[in-house]
Amino acid sequence: MSIQFKSIVELRAMLDKKSISTPELTQESLRLAKKYKELNCFVTMNEEMGPKKASAIELDKKTTSLISGIPLAQKDLFSTEGLRTTCSSKILENFIPPYTATAVEKLEDAGSITIGKTNMDEFAMGSSNETSYFGNVHNPWKKGYVPGGSSGGSAAAVAAGIVPAATGTDTGGSIRQPAAHCGITGLKPTYGRISRWGMIAFASSLDQAGPLARTAEDCAILLNEMAGHDLKDTTSLDVKVPDYRENIEKPINQLKIGIIKEFNLSELDSEVQSRFQDSKDLYEKLGAEFVEVSLPNISASVPTYYSIAPAECSSNLSRFDGVRFGHRAENTEDLNDLYIKSRSEGFGDEVKRRILIGTYALSAGYYDAYYKKAQQVRRLIKNDFDNVFETVDLLMTPTSPNTAFAFGSKGAQNPVELYLEDLFTISSNLAGLPAISIPHGQINSLPVGLQLIGNFLREDQLLNAAHVFQENSDFHLMQPTMENFL
Amino acid sequence: MIWETVIGLETHVQLSTKTKLFSRASTAFGESPNTNVNLIDCGLPGVLPSVNKEAFYKAIRFGMAVEAQINQTSIFDRKNYFYADLPKGYQITQMDLPIVLGGSIEIAIDNSVKTINITRAHLEEDAGKSIHDQFDGYSAIDLNRAGTPLLEIVSEPEISNAKEAVAYMKVMHQLVTYLDVSDGNMAQGSLRCDANVSIRKKGDSELGTRTEIKNINSFKFIEKAINYEIKRQIKILENGKKVVQETRLYDSAKDETRPMRSKEFANDYRYFPEPDLLPVVISDQEMQDIKDNFPELPKDKEARYEKDFKLSSYDSKILASSKSMADFFEDAAKKTKNFSLLSNWMIGEISAFLNKEAIEINESQLIPNNIAMLINRIDDQTISGKIGKSIFEEMCSTGESPDQIIESQGLRQLSDDGEIEKLIDAVIEDHSKQVAAYLDGKEKLFGFFVGQVMKLTEGKANPETVNKILKEKLKK
Repeated sequence: MSIQFKSIVELRAMLDKKSISTPELTQESLRLAKKYKELNCFVTMNEEMGPKKASAIELDKKTTSLISGIPLAQKDLFSTEGLRTTCSSKILENFIPPYTATAVEKLEDAGSITIGKTNMDEFAMGSSNETSYFGNVHNPWKKGYVPGGSSGGSAAAVAAGIVPAATGTDTGGSIRQPAAHCGITGLKPTYGRISRWGMIAFASSLDQAGPLARTAEDCAILLNEMAGHDLKDTTSLDVKVPDYRENIEKPINQLKIGIIKEFNLSELDSEVQSRFQDSKDLYEKLGAEFVEVSLPNISASVPTYYSIAPAECSSNLSRFDGVRFGHRAENTEDLNDLYIKSRSEGFGDEVKRRILIGTYALSAGYYDAYYKKAQQVRRLIKNDFDNVFETVDLLMTPTSPNTAFAFGSKGAQNPVELYLEDLFTISSNLAGLPAISIPHGQINSLPVGLQLIGNFLREDQLLNAAHVFQENSDFHLMQPTMENFL
Repeated sequence: MIWETVIGLETHVQLSTKTKLFSRASTAFGESPNTNVNLIDCGLPGVLPSVNKEAFYKAIRFGMAVEAQINQTSIFDRKNYFYADLPKGYQITQMDLPIVLGGSIEIAIDNSVKTINITRAHLEEDAGKSIHDQFDGYSAIDLNRAGTPLLEIVSEPEISNAKEAVAYMKVMHQLVTYLDVSDGNMAQGSLRCDANVSIRKKGDSELGTRTEIKNINSFKFIEKAINYEIKRQIKILENGKKVVQETRLYDSAKDETRPMRSKEFANDYRYFPEPDLLPVVISDQEMQDIKDNFPELPKDKEARYEKDFKLSSYDSKILASSKSMADFFEDAAKKTKNFSLLSNWMIGEISAFLNKEAIEINESQLIPNNIAMLINRIDDQTISGKIGKSIFEEMCSTGESPDQIIESQGLRQLSDDGEIEKLIDAVIEDHSKQVAAYLDGKEKLFGFFVGQVMKLTEGKANPETVNKILKEKLKK
């Protein structure tokens, strides 16, 4: 029986009915990964430890978690003990960590099987997965098209049905935008909901781990395992984790949804507009009420983000210096030369660009004008969200202004063109709020995503609204043919 | 031209916490390289710091002792620069909102007291160590020290000469050891300072260009380095040249300072708030707990010594001046009743010995029990004070107890009246000429007779008994 395109809930039923064993399921997932190798969504496969763990889980009757025995893929930014972790960068090409990230550890402790590490934009910097040292990832819906980024490999692996779900990280939209471009569901939780321990940092105050899956319900199942306070990450929230599946079926006839005036949706591609209108109609039919709301400072999100994120990245990436781990240049004259050569050889262009921007933003004489100003604007944006959430439960926007695009077609001349990909997703990172992207139709056979933004720690409301939408639509059930990847 | 020196000191105090500032690795000194290092200390990708509150408690104790403002909410910042023994490429420190703000200490200079104000004191992590001379063609890195908590105490530029700088550092040493915030071990680098030195014309209100002498780790070097630097700068100014703002290093072997890096090559540290740590908040309850368990400071100790041990204020002050001496004295005082004799010994013989050896009392072979025993043997007349001194020398070198030495060398004092009388009779008989002279009025000869008795007993005769009996015999 094929396991391709099956959700976690469906695979759980198969395992429970013993129509497939855990080792068979793991092997099948690994086989699919090999079959669609051309997608290039994996950097490293876990061919040794994965099947071993599957055999152990098969014998272990105690594990009762819903994800026990379920194959998952981890974004190659999560540290995994004994399993190469590259961040899709040359500088970590041969790095094998001695410890495992908390988010992955929790999923593995619940019995899931990691089958491999997924391709991504180098150090999560990018929106198309084209900055990876290990090459482009194809969108399963159209060969030669980007899957989005930075969690492009994770999104493609789920969309291609290789694994039912994967982990991702979202600093400015890196879970939601690839989920939208690949036609799957991706959740960025509240900042601090999931521990960052073992997540290789891009921008510490914005980075947040989350699940990519076929359904909102599967996202809830994964969030139940991943969320929680971690003593090793003091920025993680010490707040009880609810059961995110418990109220997922709740009727949404009391729901009040805000449409953000400042996003000027009427200027978007007409197809994107009409998908958005259809979804609005569906929500209204299900009983939700829509109001227009104003977030006066939200238009400053992109420049604010591109001051703060590169500033933090320039500091976070200083540890990649060729001294203790990672790529070290040969034939160097002295310590300075070692730094310059190792880093010049090890980092790709986009990473270098952001380190330079960030270094500039933090420099003496520019700090006040860039970094400090950006932090002040960030506070204003957060206040805007606090205000609107006094009157609405959720906000609704397109996830991305457009669908997936062809390799090399954007940003080659002007990187800012690519930065605008994050227009709708960035503000929730700046405000630390949870947001989800769900598929809501296609344009020219490429998926389109719908974004819902929730109030602080209200992942339950997001998942409820997304799940009810999926119960009343079938966009999330659409599958790519995959015939061009055989 | 009359020149005036302006000095500000940045004192780095290594806090005596068991574990590091942001990790649970040990801070023990002298372990094999890279053994007290965990994932956080070596800055592996994906690791995050967590704050060791104990370091905050120690910093706050210091702040309270110098009557500073304590910021109950303080934040960490990143100071960015590349160096091989700086694992993350940045140091976590406190910039805008340090834990301690303001305060002052008093230094004694030539019988007067001068107040030196403190600008601030902040917490930060230490770097590792680079070793350049052990592997041919390679430098080695030891990260044992990386992440050790430091309190950096910045003084106002109110110090006027090297002598004051030394006095300031001595007060710092006394304070941090008394407060149990640091072991104060300068040789191991637990207490070290950077000196900012500048020269201006006397009467000028503006400061001259300063140089910073880095990492000075002994009282002697502080004095020498600053004096060298003052002379160097005055010479430059008198030749009509300008002092270059730069960082300098003191070379104790050559007794000179020389440039490390000048301002043009100075790093732009790109400070910004550390996003991996929330602001650290100290509750009112925690503040109260620190106050309730505040260690006794030198002044309180002095008063207590005068009252409880009936010591003079002079003796009390000397005993209380060093935490290790005071602790030793108090431990010994539990085992003897003759506090004044104990105090005399501490200030006299013991201090002289420690000065000669240039060590602290806790680095010597001496232990409080043995000193108390020695005092007791003198007090109960088992031995004389003079024999006591030779026993003390033996104790210093072997670490044996006084009783062991007394027994093994048969040094027990002769106090038996009958025996001493017999010896005195013999001395009188053998020296009839001197006896006649003495009786004739040459009273100085009394000492001669005592000396003869002592000679016969190898110094073990109780001098008081000898005096008493001798006086009686010579009257006749």
